[in-house]
Amino acid sequence: MILTLVEHVDGRPERLSLEALTLAGKLAAASGEPLHTVSFGGGAREAAQQLTGRGVDVAHVVEDDRLSAFAPVAWAATVSQLIASLGSSIVLAAGSDRGNEVMAHVGARTDLPLAANCTEVVPGEPFRLTRQRWAGSLLEDATLDAPTRLLTIAPHAVAVEDAVDNAAQPAIEPFSPTLTDEDLLVAVVRRLAPDRSGISLTDARVVVGGGRGVGSAEAFSELEELAAVLGAAVGVSRVVTSAGWRPHSQQIGQTGLRIAPDLYIACGISGAIQHIVGAKAAKRILAINTDRDAPIMSVADYAVIGDLHQVVPAITAEIRRVTGR
Amino acid sequence: MKILVCVKRVPATGGRIALTADSLDIDARYLGFTISPHEECAVEEAVRIVEAQGGSSTVLTLGPDAAADQLRDAMAIGIERAVLLETDGSDWDPMATAGAIVDAIRALEAEDGRFDLLLFGNEAADTGDFQVGIRVATALGRPVVSGIKAIEAADGRVVARREASGGGWEVFELPLPAVLGVKEGLNLPRYPSVPGRLRAKKKEIVRITPAARRGGPIKERLRLPAGTESTVEVIGTGPEAAPAVVELLTRIGVVSR
Repeated sequence: MILTLVEHVDGRPERLSLEALTLAGKLAAASGEPLHTVSFGGGAREAAQQLTGRGVDVAHVVEDDRLSAFAPVAWAATVSQLIASLGSSIVLAAGSDRGNEVMAHVGARTDLPLAANCTEVVPGEPFRLTRQRWAGSLLEDATLDAPTRLLTIAPHAVAVEDAVDNAAQPAIEPFSPTLTDEDLLVAVVRRLAPDRSGISLTDARVVVGGGRGVGSAEAFSELEELAAVLGAAVGVSRVVTSAGWRPHSQQIGQTGLRIAPDLYIACGISGAIQHIVGAKAAKRILAINTDRDAPIMSVADYAVIGDLHQVVPAITAEIRRVTGR
Repeated sequence: MKILVCVKRVPATGGRIALTADSLDIDARYLGFTISPHEECAVEEAVRIVEAQGGSSTVLTLGPDAAADQLRDAMAIGIERAVLLETDGSDWDPMATAGAIVDAIRALEAEDGRFDLLLFGNEAADTGDFQVGIRVATALGRPVVSGIKAIEAADGRVVARREASGGGWEVFELPLPAVLGVKEGLNLPRYPSVPGRLRAKKKEIVRITPAARRGGPIKERLRLPAGTESTVEVIGTGPEAAPAVVELLTRIGVVSR
């Protein structure tokens, strides 16, 4: 049996979980093993119903109110109990914050190895996989030897396939795990509202990014003005937050945000791999840099060679001139 | 508060990664090394908590002799003690790493008393395994939560919060002793002062030879992902390029006239 953890928001399966489930479906089809899923909390049943047409034979739903709020240890205890009672050959989850955390707990409880953020899986003996290092800037080909293989699937490594029409709904089976107080000790006790405002970097159609070349906190006003005329959000590289010029909440990259705008204007950013992994989903990248040989040029589509302190205000003025605003 | 911070030495890769001839490692001959970013914040947080509340702080790493540099970096900003689980520098898988750290914590605690708080980075910048802290916490029977970007520790409890996927924050409350996996953004790490560096240079580092046990996954080779490189079109030089840029922005629908 192949088991997939399906995360959901109010009964709607999360996209990253559907990516993991797509891969799980291929592995199940190739081996002839049944495909099971597990979902937690209020909405688990609705989420399971929405898996119709995705090759799922059995959807285990854990409708325990104590598990509606994220409780990583209790979720992992449940997954471990399903593995023990049903004998899973492979257990998959999304390489999301929650997926990686829960699967690490499963690995720790069962003393099984976990391969995090896999991009490809080739079952067999040995069981081969490819996983991400450096947030995907580097790939590792590895083998995984264990009675139950624990995997998380890197975000966007697998395309979600359309559900098959007229397929039977998965058999929905309520599951009641045995949970100790210790399993329930780590759980969300309350939620706080977001403390950000303005255009969200992750939703922005245009992002104006600033790096070391901006030179100071004050000089970001030049980027702010360009962002204002474009309706864009301002993002930064790690150098900028480390220097204290801008808050970490604006950092794009491996240890910050992943953006996917139509256009990313990278100003004075050399293009360290840790920054590029956060910006590579941009449809187009325009680099403004004094150095024609900076690494950013190898991922940029367009470039202006020059000092951003002259180029950026000139672009802002030109936009104001042509739009009359 | 008695705190242990576990850190990892990673190469400062810069603009591109080059591999060794056997494709088993990053060619680091021309690279500097640093503490992995999430853990830099863990180090800073430990120093701040001890500054505010008293107590003691220890930094631990598993790595080669040269990882002493990163331990000294941590001591230069105020960590008091350092422990090196010395290896030949090859990758240790996450189960082996966690096992060695558990052994070391048990030995340190038998000698010197229990750590109230163990801090780990959410994941190492290089291997990105997302599990060492959780494995250590589970083996020691202590509560753990990952992804933490704010910590308040007082009166035998720690309140920690992390960003929720749909925006906002999820708050956790754990009794001490506890384990936290933290993320960059938790704080802004300070730069070491020159006197701090000098002090750190003189401090002793406790060296332990860890016992290796093999877990998994087992690395076969590393490779670079295919084809993300683009051909860049230089559309101009200096501020005179502005009209050409705005023409481009108009063409791709970012500016409407």
